[in-house]
Formats: sequence, C-alpha cells, structure tokens
Amino acid sequence: MLYETSLAAIAIFAAFVLSVVGLSFYLGRKAQSAQGYYAAHGEIHWFVNGIAFAGDYLSAASFLGICGMIAFYGYDGFLYSIGFLAGWIVALFVIAEPIKKLGKFTFADALDSRFHSRGIKLAVAISTLVVSIFYLIPQMVGAGDLIVPLLGLPHAVGVILVGVAVTLIVVTAGMVSTTWVQFIKGSLLVFFCGVLTVMILNRGLVVGTGSLAPQVRTVAPDGTVLVDGAPQSKSHDLRPVGTIAALPARYGDAISTGPLGPWEYLSALEDSRIVTWAPKKQTDAAGTHTTYSPTERLGSDLLKPGGYFKGLTTGNLADKLDFVSLMLALFCGTASLPHILIRYYTVKDQAAARKSTVVGIAAIGAFYVLTLFLGLGAMTSGALDPTSSNMAAPLLAKSFNTTLFAIISAIAFTTVLGTVSGLIMAGSGAVAHDLVENVLRIPMTDHEKVRCGKIAAVGLGIVAMALGILFRNFNVSFLVGWAFNIAASANLPALVMLLFWPRTTKEGIIAAVTVGMLASLGWILLSADTFEKVYGLPRDASWMPFSQPGLVTIPLGFLVLVVVSLLTPRPAGAEAR
Amino acid sequence: MTPSDDSPPRCEPAVSRSARIGFGLFWIYVACYGGFIALVLFAPGLLSARPFGGVNLAIACGLGLIVAALVLAVVYMVACRVVEGASHD
Repeated sequence: MLYETSLAAIAIFAAFVLSVVGLSFYLGRKAQSAQGYYAAHGEIHWFVNGIAFAGDYLSAASFLGICGMIAFYGYDGFLYSIGFLAGWIVALFVIAEPIKKLGKFTFADALDSRFHSRGIKLAVAISTLVVSIFYLIPQMVGAGDLIVPLLGLPHAVGVILVGVAVTLIVVTAGMVSTTWVQFIKGSLLVFFCGVLTVMILNRGLVVGTGSLAPQVRTVAPDGTVLVDGAPQSKSHDLRPVGTIAALPARYGDAISTGPLGPWEYLSALEDSRIVTWAPKKQTDAAGTHTTYSPTERLGSDLLKPGGYFKGLTTGNLADKLDFVSLMLALFCGTASLPHILIRYYTVKDQAAARKSTVVGIAAIGAFYVLTLFLGLGAMTSGALDPTSSNMAAPLLAKSFNTTLFAIISAIAFTTVLGTVSGLIMAGSGAVAHDLVENVLRIPMTDHEKVRCGKIAAVGLGIVAMALGILFRNFNVSFLVGWAFNIAASANLPALVMLLFWPRTTKEGIIAAVTVGMLASLGWILLSADTFEKVYGLPRDASWMPFSQPGLVTIPLGFLVLVVVSLLTPRPAGAEAR
Repeated sequence: MTPSDDSPPRCEPAVSRSARIGFGLFWIYVACYGGFIALVLFAPGLLSARPFGGVNLAIACGLGLIVAALVLAVVYMVACRVVEGASHD
C-alpha cells in the first residue's frame, strides 16, 4: 500500500532526535574518563538502568515484528514474546551478579577475569563483534524500510539519519548518553503502547463493513505495480483489511461491543468470527501476481498455537524440533547478548544490578502484554496493510487518529536509535578495550582509551550505515535470530561453566566460544530457511534437518568446553596464565 | 584489576547464598517454561480449553509466564536483601 507522508510524524521525530542529541552534548560537555565513557562511571541509578534495559532490548523487531505477527498469524507472535521475556530469567538469576562482580567494561573482561589470556579476549571480542553486527544490520535496514512509508523519505536517508544520530550520541558521552537515550525511548514505548491499549479496549470489538472481494497485486516485469489490473496510485490501492465478521452470539445484532475490560476483550474475541487475508503467489509473463483472499475464522482458532509455526499442528518432527530450538535460543540468547551485558557495568554494585534487572523485567513484561492487545487490536482494526505485517502497529494507531499515527511512527523509528546506540557501544568496547588495549596490548592513557573508543564508534557507525544500504534488498529479519543463536551458542556455555565448574581451563573457553560461534553460523548458512530466503534455492536442497541451530549448538558449546578442559592441564589458580 | 580480587572474603557466604536462591528460582522457572513448551508440542488441544472466564489456556499460560517471571524476580530481590542484610550484621 502507498502511504500519505505525515508532516507531523517528521516533526515529532525531528524533535525527538534533536532533543536526544542535544542531551548527549549536554551530558558530554565534561571531560571524560574511560570509566565514564565505557561504563557511565558506574553511577546510573538502578531504576533508570532498568528502563534503559527495556530501551536497549526492545528493538524494532519486538515492537513492529511481534505486533505484525500477532495481527497476521494470531497467537504464535505471542510465543516470541514469551521466549524473549523468559531470557531475562537467565540474565537475572544466573548471569547478572557474576558479570557485575567479575567485569569492568566488557563481557570479555568477565570471561577472562580468572585467566588473563589474550586468546580468550580475542575470541570473545570477535564473537561480540559478530553478534553485534548481525543484530545491527536488521536494525539499520529496518530504519530505512520504516522511513519510506512513515516519513516519506528515501531508504538511504533513514539509514544515514539513524547512523549519524547514533554515532553522535555515542561519541559525545558514551555510555552516559546511550543510557539516557534508551531510558527515554523505553519509557515512551511502554507509555504509548499503554495509551493505545486503553484506546483499543475502549473501542471494543466492532463488526467491519469493508468489501470482502479478493484483491490482486501484480508486479510487472518492468517494476510497475498494478492493483486489480490497474496501475497502483493513492486513489486506487489495495483496500485495508482485518475485520470482524460477526460478534459473539451474546451481543445479538449489535455491531459493536462497546468498551471492554482486558479479560472480556480476549474472551469476546475468541467467540467472534474474524476475517484474515492470506496471500497466494503466482508468476506468469505479465509479472508476479499476489492474490489476497479472505477467510473467515473463529477467534479461538487464531488464539491458539500453530498459525505461524505450522509444524505444531502437522506433527512433523523436524518442525517441532525447529520450534523447540528457537524457544531455547530465545531463552539462552538474551543473557548472552553483549549490548545487554555491558549495561550491568553502569550501576554501582550487585544489588543495583539486581534491582535494575527487576525493573527491566517489569517494563519489558508489561510491554509484551500490551503488544498482545496491540496485535489483536490491529487484527480487527480494519486498517491492516495485507502486504506488510511490519506496518500493523502504526496502521492500528491510524485507525484511531492521524496524530496518534504520527506519534507511533516517530516512536517506531526512534526505537531503532536506542537499540543501535547500545550495539555501537558494545562494539566500540570490544574493539578499543578488548582488541586494542588487551589483545594488542598497546599502552594507552585514560584519555587515549576514550579517544580510541570514540574512533571505534565512528568506524562502526560508518560500517553500520554501509551495511544498512548494502543489505537493503535482502530479507534480513533472520539475522536477529542468528544473533540470538550465536550469542547463546558461543557465549553462554563459556560464561556458565566458568562460573560453576572450577575445572574450566582457558583452552576450554576459547574452544567453546570459537566452536559455538562457527557451528551456529555454519548451521544457519546451510539451513532450509537461508536456502529459501537468502539464496533463493529450494528448501529441500538444505543439508540441515531444521533451521534453528540452538538445540544442537548450545549443548555442543558445553560439550566442547568440557572435553577441551579435561584434555588440558588443570588451572593452577586464579592468577594462572 | 578485577573487583573480585579486592572484595573482602567475609562477603563470600552472602554472595553464594543469594546465588543459591537465584539458582533455585531459576529451576522453578525452567520447569514452568519447559512445561509450557511441552504443552504446546504434545497437548495443543489442552491449550484450547477455556477455564478462565472464556479466555483459553494458551493465552492464560503465556500471561502467567510473564507474571511469574516478574513475581520470581521480586522474590529474588527481596530474598537477597534479607540474606545480605543478615550477613552484614
């Protein structure tokens, strides 16, 4: 669908970016130490840090992706929410305190605290960079993709805008300004999702009136787009979809339920009949035709697992293992993401680390509950774009009024800023603190450490912008999955065993990080999903039984660590080299 | 260089006690999360049951897991404060 450019959205977004960049300059005006740049002097209040966790973690994928998935496929989008939140339990109960106790600026510090080995620092710095860059690419491409419909600007403008703003934020005051940007973004996101949810419940469920005739979108070989055979324009476009066909019998002939409580809303939705639009593709000489046809379904069928993860209903074992593998990677991945872990160094002690994780879990949990209502609200709003699930949340806002659309669009775009600044910060620490200072052992004064970190941040910002433009036409959503899988396979076994198994040796850690990273990477490169979505090859050509590697590569990381540790001499003591 | 080197040894028992509490709570959550995934895999029909005021078990379990995470997190925070407070006395 084509969208009207919203001047209000551009104004709100510009105001947000200018104020956070202004805030960064204000915070960065004082001369800085390395402790300030990398860890915000360890002086961030635990509550601010907790909300910043939410701002760091809730990427555009969480906000737009999950909303869209619930709106299009029903319950299965919520399974992602459940897995993403469960990961914080690992972070709080297993990782938070040791990470805070053992480390200084980066994840490599903590992992290397016992051995002081350059090999460990090198392996962990590389895995940090790989995970951060894989996470970064979809964020940057997403920024470009969002700016086209939301603000009416070209793709590259979105990428460069985010790249420049984030680099400025990170370079001016490092972790201090990154934290505040994430705090502001996290609070705005949760607050406005709450506002939208209240409006959804207040509207209740309304029977839709739109036409139910099938719609055909054709992309001709020369690139022109036709809708139902005529050229696409703002006056002749696909009709918005996603309506209720019939309310539960208890409402009689009424076309609206009126305001509903949250529980009533879910219950009434289960008894309603909902119209969903599935696409069907077909190619001939005239181009590629996608036909969207309506299907009327009972709400209770949409609110149970299996709409997206088809394997859950077909009983295919490989599909079931794929699902388990994904849920395991989400559970284990969160606590191994470097940009999340470095946030533990910004608070003063372990008690504060704990409290801020609890605040983070509260904010993120609330967000995921609200997202369920946003997704279901979008599903029945009559405003969905059948071609783009990512637009579900902004279009839901548009079904209320255009100001809300402008605000939600601007927030969706600024969501990218918070996450990207965390990723650039994590990468900057890995390059300057781990690689230059500890692996290459280049002596640096405190001032030089900060300068080195800032140069690394600028470099990473440029790399991020280049990748965002380069990968524009690739399907990149799977990269976030890669990042979770690689983080979980490479980092978690090393971290957990270092903490809980005294026999762990430095060779064991290096081997586990390297094998975990390479195995999960290799598995994904050879998986059916990548064959289909990236190489454009048939799924059957893949060599792997299922696409998500975590179920195999996370245990493999543990196994490699144990075997290599047992084959190498027992560590002599805490200071052994 | 690492903070662990210069932290006084007398704090160790409190740290390991809170770690033990954390571990216990962790396994409780693993059981809930694993149980839920097992239900999704092996008893999807059960999740369609609607025992709670017309809302099905799939939604109720999902919301329950989110609330359980928060409840366990708060329990952990309070328990750690009690344990560490006791060791400082």
